[in-house]
Amino acid sequence: MNDDRDFMLTVNGTTVEIRGAAPGASLLSVLREHLGLTGAKGACEEGECGSCSVLVDDSLVCSCLVLAASAVHAHVTTIEGLTQSRDVQAAFVECGAVQCGFCTPGLIVAATDFLAQTSDPDPDDIREALAGNLCRCTGYGRIIEAVVSVARERRGAAT
Amino acid sequence: MSQTITRSEIRHGIGSSPTRPDGAAKAAGEYAFSSDLFPDEALFGVTLRSPHQHARIISIDTSKALAIAGVFAVVTADDVPGKATYGLIASDQPVFASDVVRYIGEPVAAVAAIDEETSRRACAAIVVVYEPLEPLVDAELACQEGAASIHPDGNIIRHQHVLHGDPTVKGDVVVEHEYVIGMQDQAFLGLEAAVAFPDEDGGGVDCHVATQWLHEDRAQVAACLGLAEESVRLTLGGVGGAFGGREDISLQVHVCLLALTCGKPVRMHYDRVESFLGHVHRHPAKIWMRHHATSDGRLVNIEARFLFDGGAYASTSSAVLVNAVTHTQGPYQCPNAVVEGIVVRTNNLPCGAMRGFGVVQACFAHEQQMDRLAEKCGLSPLELRRRNAMHTGDTLVTGQVVESVAPVTECIDNLAALPMPGSTVGTHSYLLPGGAGNTTRSDNVHRGVGWAFAIKNLMYSEGFDDFSSARCRLEDGRITLKFATAEVGQGFITIAAQIARTVLGIEAVDLDTIDTNVGSAGSTSASRQTWMSGGAVDAVCRVVRERIFEHHAAASGCNPLALAVEGTDLVDTTTSERTPIEEVVRGLTIDEEVVYRHRATVHLDERGQGNCHTAFAFVGHRAVVDVDVELGLVRVVEIATAQDVGRALNPLSVTGQIEGGIAQGLGLALMEEIIQEDGRIKNPSFTDYLIPTIADMPPVVAHLIEIPDPQAPLGAKGVGEPPTISSTPAIIAAINDAIVNATGSTQKIHRVPVRPLDIVEAAYGGTAD
Amino acid sequence: MPVYLPDTTEEVLSLLAAHPNAMLLAGGTDVMVGINHQHGLRQETSIIALRNVSELSRYTIDDTASTISLGASVTWTALEEAPFVERVRCLAEAARTVGSRQIRNAGTIGGNIATASPAGDGVCALVALDAQLMLSSATGSRQIALTDFVTGPKRTSRADNEVITSVEVPIVKGWQSYAKIGVRNAMVISIAGVAVVLNTEHRSVSIALGSVGPVIIRATEAETALAQQIDWERCSISADDLDDGARLAATAASPITDHRSTAAYRKHAVQVLTKRLVQRGLRDLAERGPS
Repeated sequence: MNDDRDFMLTVNGTTVEIRGAAPGASLLSVLREHLGLTGAKGACEEGECGSCSVLVDDSLVCSCLVLAASAVHAHVTTIEGLTQSRDVQAAFVECGAVQCGFCTPGLIVAATDFLAQTSDPDPDDIREALAGNLCRCTGYGRIIEAVVSVARERRGAAT
Repeated sequence: MSQTITRSEIRHGIGSSPTRPDGAAKAAGEYAFSSDLFPDEALFGVTLRSPHQHARIISIDTSKALAIAGVFAVVTADDVPGKATYGLIASDQPVFASDVVRYIGEPVAAVAAIDEETSRRACAAIVVVYEPLEPLVDAELACQEGAASIHPDGNIIRHQHVLHGDPTVKGDVVVEHEYVIGMQDQAFLGLEAAVAFPDEDGGGVDCHVATQWLHEDRAQVAACLGLAEESVRLTLGGVGGAFGGREDISLQVHVCLLALTCGKPVRMHYDRVESFLGHVHRHPAKIWMRHHATSDGRLVNIEARFLFDGGAYASTSSAVLVNAVTHTQGPYQCPNAVVEGIVVRTNNLPCGAMRGFGVVQACFAHEQQMDRLAEKCGLSPLELRRRNAMHTGDTLVTGQVVESVAPVTECIDNLAALPMPGSTVGTHSYLLPGGAGNTTRSDNVHRGVGWAFAIKNLMYSEGFDDFSSARCRLEDGRITLKFATAEVGQGFITIAAQIARTVLGIEAVDLDTIDTNVGSAGSTSASRQTWMSGGAVDAVCRVVRERIFEHHAAASGCNPLALAVEGTDLVDTTTSERTPIEEVVRGLTIDEEVVYRHRATVHLDERGQGNCHTAFAFVGHRAVVDVDVELGLVRVVEIATAQDVGRALNPLSVTGQIEGGIAQGLGLALMEEIIQEDGRIKNPSFTDYLIPTIADMPPVVAHLIEIPDPQAPLGAKGVGEPPTISSTPAIIAAINDAIVNATGSTQKIHRVPVRPLDIVEAAYGGTAD
Repeated sequence: MPVYLPDTTEEVLSLLAAHPNAMLLAGGTDVMVGINHQHGLRQETSIIALRNVSELSRYTIDDTASTISLGASVTWTALEEAPFVERVRCLAEAARTVGSRQIRNAGTIGGNIATASPAGDGVCALVALDAQLMLSSATGSRQIALTDFVTGPKRTSRADNEVITSVEVPIVKGWQSYAKIGVRNAMVISIAGVAVVLNTEHRSVSIALGSVGPVIIRATEAETALAQQIDWERCSISADDLDDGARLAATAASPITDHRSTAAYRKHAVQVLTKRLVQRGLRDLAERGPS
C-alpha cells in the first residue's frame, strides 16, 4: 500500500519521489505538474485524443487514464526520454507533420511504438495504428508521410 | 572589396519550404504551450458557471468559499473595476453575469486558490440563488415581433438585405430548398490557458495567453480592468490551434483580475468540458434558397433567406451574417438577387468566428442548389458551373466588382481533368464504410462523386481599419523580426523569415517574442495574415533594404536607385557589379517599423450594396466516397482540390493548410455537431463530439493554382479558410451521387452533419428530403 | 486515500475483505475517466489496483474441453491476435473495434464486464458466446453466467468483497463474428453492435445486441427462428427466412434516442447487421465445406 499523495515513480530511467499529489491524480498530471515533464499534453482527459501518450512498461497508453499512484512499480517513458524517437521527430518536422504541435509529442510516442513493431507499414496500417491520436491542424496527410519516411530510412539503414 | 561573382541564391527564401523554426521543439515536447506555464507560487483560478439557460441572479454568497483555507480571492461582477462588459463588435457580454444569466455556462464568479483542488472546492461552495426565467431557444421565435427581449440590446443582432438588379426576374428553371447546418466546434487540441503576473504595485499586469489577437485582447482586458492599455502587457503563450475559437475573450479578464486581486501570479486552464462552454462556435443555420436559371442553366436570380442562431451574446455574429449573405451567389455570375439575412440572440451557446466565417453555411446551401439546378437542366454538375463561372471584373450581388484574380474556370477544369481513384475495396478493412466496425463488405458499397466550389473574402470587411505592423532590425549581419502576429500553428513565423531572406538577401533571421511591445498585427483569422502581416514584413524589410542601398551608395558612390538584391548579393544594375550583402551590412545597424493597411472597404447600405470586401480567393473540391447506403455509413476515398493561392510562399505550409482545412470540412459533413437540449450540451467531450481521426481522412490530391494577385503584397492570397468551405458540400454531393447509384433515389441530403439515418431515408424513401 | 497494489489474487481478496468499499482499478479506461471528470477523488476512497496481479493476466486454452479461461486482466490487445482469433473470433473482432491502440493496451476484459456498459464491444461478443464468470471473495468462489451477472446499465451483481477472476468462454464449432456501428471510422462508441455465433455442432444460433437496450440483449426469438430455418447441411437460408430472422432481432432491441443516434436507426441497424452477419457466416461455412 502507498499513500496516494506521496509515492515513488520511475520515469525515463530515474526513480523520483512525488509528494503531495492530489487524490486520484493521473499519471499525466503528475508528470506535468510535479515533474515538469510537459511533453505529454492533456486535451480530453478521457483517452480519446492520445495527446498524453506515454509508454508504461513499454506499452503505449494514455497517461490521463493511469492512476499515478498505481504506477509505482512501472517504468514510464515519456517523449522527453524516448531516445529512439529522434528520427521520428526529425521526420515530423521535415515532412510538415507539425503545425500547432499540441498533438505532436503524443503522436511521436505512438508512431515510435508502432515503428518498433512494423518495419514496412502501408498508409492504412498507419491509419489503424494511429487512430487514437487526434490532430486538428494537419488533416494527417503529412503525418502519414512522416511515418512512411522513417520506415523507409530505417530499412535503408538496416541493409 | 567589391568583386564580380557568379549569381548567388538565397536559401530558405520565398517559394521554398524550410522547416518551422519551432518544429524541433514541438516534436521533442519542449515547446511551451500556454498550458505548460507553471510559474512558482502561481495560484490556480477556476470559473463558476451558470447551470441555467436563462435566470435572474437573486444573490451570490461567496463567504463559504472565502472561508476555505488556501483560497485567496473570489471575484464576481461587483469586483470588476472597469467596464462590466466586453465583446469584439458590440460590448454586450458581461465579464461576470450580475443580474441575469443568458446561457448554460455563462461565468458568474471566479476563484483563485493555492491549487486546483482547493479552487474547485471553493467554487462549489459559492452559493448562487437563481430565479429561472423562460428561455428563448428557437431562432425563428427570437426574430418574431413581440418576442420577449433577452438582452438590453434586443434579440436581433443584425438584419441585412442584399437587393440587386431586378428581384422579380423568374427563371425557366427554378429549384428551391431549405438547408440546415449544425453547430460546429473549433475543437482545437490545446485548451484555453493563461497565466497572469500582477505588477508589484498592482498598477498593471502581464499575461501570457493563447489567443488569435493580442492587441484586441489587451484593449478589452484593459477596459474591463480600468487600466490604461499600456499597463496590460500580453505575450503569446504557445497556441494549440485556434480556428476562430480564440478570437473572443474567454479567460483573459478573469485571470488578470484574479492576479491583480491576489497580488500573486494566477494560472487558469480549462478542461474539455469547460472549453465547449468557454468559446464561441460556428453558427447553426437554416438557409432557404430559390435559384432561377434559363433552360440552358444560366443563373438569372437568386432568392435566399438566412437565419443564424447567434446564441446569448453578439460576438462577431453581425460580420458572420454579412459574410453569409454577400456570398449567396457563390463563385458564379448572377445579375439579380433578393437576400434576407437575420442573426438573432437566443439563450443558446454564443456563436462567432470559425474558419470559413459564414461562408461555410452559405456555400453548403448554394452548392446543393447548383446540383439540383444541374439535375433539372439535364447538365452535369461541372458543366452547369462552367456556364456560370465568375471571372475577374464580374459584379457581385453587392454591386462590388471582383478585382481579384478569379480562376473559377481553372478550378473547374483542373478538377475535371483529374483521374478517378481506383477501387480501395478489399485492401484494408479500415478503407470500407464503417471502418473498424466490421459492418461492411464490398458488395454493400456504392461509390459517389461530387463537386463543390467556393468564393471566400480575404481580410476584414465593411470599413474596418484593418492593419498589421512589423519591425525589422539589422544588426551584426543578422535580421530580427518583431511582430504581434499570433502564430497558432499556421506557420506565419516560417514565411515571415522567408520573406525577410528574399527581400534582404540575408539568411540569418531571428524572430523576437510575439507580444504587445510592437504595433498590432490584427487577428490571425479571415485568411489574412499572409497578406497583412506578410505584407507588413515585406514592407518593413523593403524599407531596411532602401537604407542598405543608401548606405552602400554613399560608400561606393553608385546610384542607390540602381541597386537590387539578387540572392545573397547586392547588384548594381548599371554595372552588373555584385557585392555580397553580408559585406555591405557589416557594422550596419538599422531598425524600422512599418504599418501595412489594405485598401479601404465600406459598410453595406440598407440594400446590401457596397464594396464591403477587400479581396477574394476561390477553390474547388471533388469528393469521391464509398457509401454503405443500407446502413448510411460513409468512407471518403479521396478529396481532390484546386485552390487559387495566388502564389505559394511555402508550398509545404500551403499543403498543410489545405489538408487540415479539408479535414475540418469533412468533419462538418459527416460527424461534427454540438447537440444542445434545453441549452445544455449533450456531447461536451471528445467521446461524443467526434472529429475526424487519421482513419477517416483520405488522401488529398491538391492542385495549387498560382496566378499572383496584383493586389496582394507578395502575390499570395490567404489559404486557410477555402479548404474548409467547399469540401463539406462536395462530400454531401458525392453521397447524393452514391444514393442515386445505389437505389436510383434522387432524394438529397440537406443537412450537415449528415447522419446515417438521413442517408438511409434518402435512399429508401422517408422524411430526409 | 490509500492505494493498494497487491501481487496475488489472494491479497486482493483479503484487501477486499478488509476494505469492502474499495474501488477496484484494472486498466483504468473507464474508472479514470470518471475520476478525471470529477477532478480527483475523495480523500477517503481506497483503491485496489490490479496492475501487479500477474495471475489475472494469464489465460488457459483447453481445446479438448473446448473452453478458454481468460484472466480478468487480459487486455483487448492480447485478445485481438492468436491464439484467440482462431478460437473465439467474434471476441477477437470485438477487441479490434475497441477504442484505440492506447485503450486496447490498457483496457481489460474483466474491467469491461464490471463496467457493464450496454455499449461494451467485448461484452457483446461474450454474451453471444454464453461466457461464464468466475468471481472470488475471501469466503469462496462462484460461477455465474455473464447475462445473469449484469443486472442493468452499469449495474452488476458483484458483491463488494468480490473480484472477477476469470471469464470462461466456450470454443464453438462453426462461425462467429461481431460488427458495430459508429459514425466515425475508428475510436467510436458503438451506437449498435451485433454478435452472431452459428454453432454447427448444435445447429444453434446465438445473437447478442449491444447499445440497443439497458443491457446487452440476446435476441432469443430470432435465434430460434433462424436455427430452425437454416439448412445446416447446405449452410443456406431462404431470403425471406433470413429477413424474418433479422426482423425478429430488431424486435428484440429496445433502444433509446439520444445524442448518439435515434431508436429508429438503431433498430434498423440491428436488422441489417444481423442479416449481414448470418449471410456472411453461412457463405463462409458453405465455402469451407463439411468439416
